[in-house]
Amino acid sequence: MAYILTHAEFDTVLQRLKQDYILIGPVRKKNKGKFSDADLITYGQIESLSDLETNGKSQFSAKETIFPPSQTLFYFTEDEYREPKFEPQKQIVFLRACDFNAIKRLDLLFLENGQFVDAYYKRLREKTHFFVFGCEKSYENCFCVSTGTNQCEGYDAFLNFKGEKINLFPSEPFKRYFAGYEENEDILPQFIERNHIQVDIPEGLSTKIYDHPYWDQYGKRCIGCGRCNFSCPTCTCFTMQDIFYRDNKNAGERRRVWASCQVDGFTDMAGGHSYRKQQGERMRFKVMHKIHDFAKRFNMHMCVGCGRCDDVCPEYISFSQCISGLKGVVAHDN
Amino acid sequence: MTNPYLPQPAEIISITKETTTDYTFRLKTDIQPDFGQFVEVSIPKVGEAPISVSNAQPGWIELTIRRVGHLTNELHELKPGDLLFIRGPYGKGFPKEQYRDKSLIIAAGGTGLAPVRNLINYYYQHPGEVRQLSLLMGFKTPEDILFKEDIEKWRSKFKVLLTVDKESPGWSGHVGLITNFVKDAVGENSSASRVIIVGPPLMMKFTSQEFIKYNIPEENIWLSFERKMCCGIGKCGHCRINDTYVCLEGPVFPYITAKNLLD
Ligand SMILES: Cc1cc2nc3c(=O)[nH]c(=O)nc-3n(C[C@H](O)[C@H](O)[C@H](O)COP(=O)(O)OP(=O)(O)OC[C@H]3O[C@@H](n4cnc5c(N)ncnc54)[C@H](O)[C@@H]3O)c2cc1C
Ligand code: SF4
Ligand code: SF4
Ligand code: FES
Repeated sequence: MAYILTHAEFDTVLQRLKQDYILIGPVRKKNKGKFSDADLITYGQIESLSDLETNGKSQFSAKETIFPPSQTLFYFTEDEYREPKFEPQKQIVFLRACDFNAIKRLDLLFLENGQFVDAYYKRLREKTHFFVFGCEKSYENCFCVSTGTNQCEGYDAFLNFKGEKINLFPSEPFKRYFAGYEENEDILPQFIERNHIQVDIPEGLSTKIYDHPYWDQYGKRCIGCGRCNFSCPTCTCFTMQDIFYRDNKNAGERRRVWASCQVDGFTDMAGGHSYRKQQGERMRFKVMHKIHDFAKRFNMHMCVGCGRCDDVCPEYISFSQCISGLKGVVAHDN
Repeated sequence: MTNPYLPQPAEIISITKETTTDYTFRLKTDIQPDFGQFVEVSIPKVGEAPISVSNAQPGWIELTIRRVGHLTNELHELKPGDLLFIRGPYGKGFPKEQYRDKSLIIAAGGTGLAPVRNLINYYYQHPGEVRQLSLLMGFKTPEDILFKEDIEKWRSKFKVLLTVDKESPGWSGHVGLITNFVKDAVGENSSASRVIIVGPPLMMKFTSQEFIKYNIPEENIWLSFERKMCCGIGKCGHCRINDTYVCLEGPVFPYITAKNLLD
């Protein structure tokens, strides 16, 4: 069951939604891209449909809407501390199927891993609703069909842009915002069914692969900048940071900031010990997590095939090619 | 909603200087940790770090902290009466039930003695709970020896073998790496003994190999790991090895699990 609306009609719906929610989605920033004349697609607040950029992939994913790059955990004053007094606003986030599937991975980590629930994540997560829009085409480096994350369920609404019209599939609680428009019986959500890139995630991966010379090529090429992690919708690692304010040393805060397993310092311990000093080992650690270790714990692969890690790597390292190559290595060794 | 990142203030009751770089802080707290668990300790505006509980009784815990960097330097400036912030206890500790009525050998290198001290003290108070306890402890030099008073006390009930890598004038005890003394610690009838090994990564690696050489079955050995940890509760990702979170499934691991945790 769908509503088929014109852009103007959907804008009316958005104005209704704005009474209750802030709307967040990919927006285009002129000339802020990787190359000076390229645009940057980034997450930001939208006022109307024209602000929403659906043609092109955002450099960062929607994860920042519930797991911000830097988040204050406490404010400190002389002898005491307090949690930020923040009551997050209800928000609707527009995103693609891969990124929506990534939210499930974030949920598993922040809400299910271990006995504690991450209170900061939960607070934002509970206020967030997801409007997934179908991809009209597959973009560079995408391989979501291979990871099975081209499709999704459990969204608050689904949108297919169809030229002048939009097919809209709101969940029951959101139907009231569509009051006055007619529902159409036969239409179903459409997901992308083909990517240019196909990836076959190897079975039978194990620690046997750790010492393989396969990883050495990445030791030579990867510069450990961490961009692949920061742009990844499923990376969740963070580091705690305490700071004091320059103008008042008695006050400060504890925050958490995104961390990267590819960057120096991730495993550093007192006494000069650290693990995975070589970039090749770090690549192995990241890749194994995305397509093996996470699934052992949570029964689904972490990687959702968005291809952003390839999009942003300054050294043109391709994650999908790495997985495909690994398949060959495993086949050869077994 | 409960916020697991919220630390609780804990007053420093007393500070014992073990060595020039290791101080033991006794903190007033209701936390009742298991043997081998750790807490996250912080000074607001400075930082937070995981520290093993080195001793505990109802009403207080002790933390033995080595001065190595940003936070630990500041910690060493504190005085009794000052406040620290703690959260926890976290992690899986030693499976004490598996040592009941067995011969137990605890091999600890350097600061590795801190995470097992609480357990040793427990057996000191309940000596009947294990058949026999042997302690094998190694430090770099005599000046690095931690818990000197405890060690003297432990000698009255347990077999104690204390060694230093490098002697200094006045030292009349054993000299040499811990691994050299594994054979003595094991003695006869080794296959029934249980072994705990705690220390720096290389020490644990070579000491385990040595115990296995003297017929201790792999299933009878436990290790305690250290990794960088920012959260202690399975969220920050720093401590992960393969699909294992050291802060959740460790820091204490059976050897048969630990040997597959490859970094
Ligand atoms: C489960 C667990 C239990 C632990 N238990 C204890 C314990 O009981 N007692 C204890 O003292 N510690 C313990 N530690 C280690 C403790 O957490 C670290 O020593 C502490 O985090 C250091 O914090 P810091 O801010 O003082 O150091 P930082 O400022 O973070 O300095 C540490 C970093 O700086 C470098 N560094 C700093 N000083 C030195 C140095 N002298 N030599 C070489 N590199 C250096 C290291 O590379 C490291 O990355 C434990 C760790 C874990 C994971
Ligand atoms: S690993 Fe790469 S392709 Fe997979 S989800 Fe992360 S950024 Fe996307
Ligand atoms: S983006 Fe590329 S160069 Fe940077 S850390 Fe990731 S793989 Fe390495
Ligand atoms: S310490 Fe953060 S995940 Fe283990």
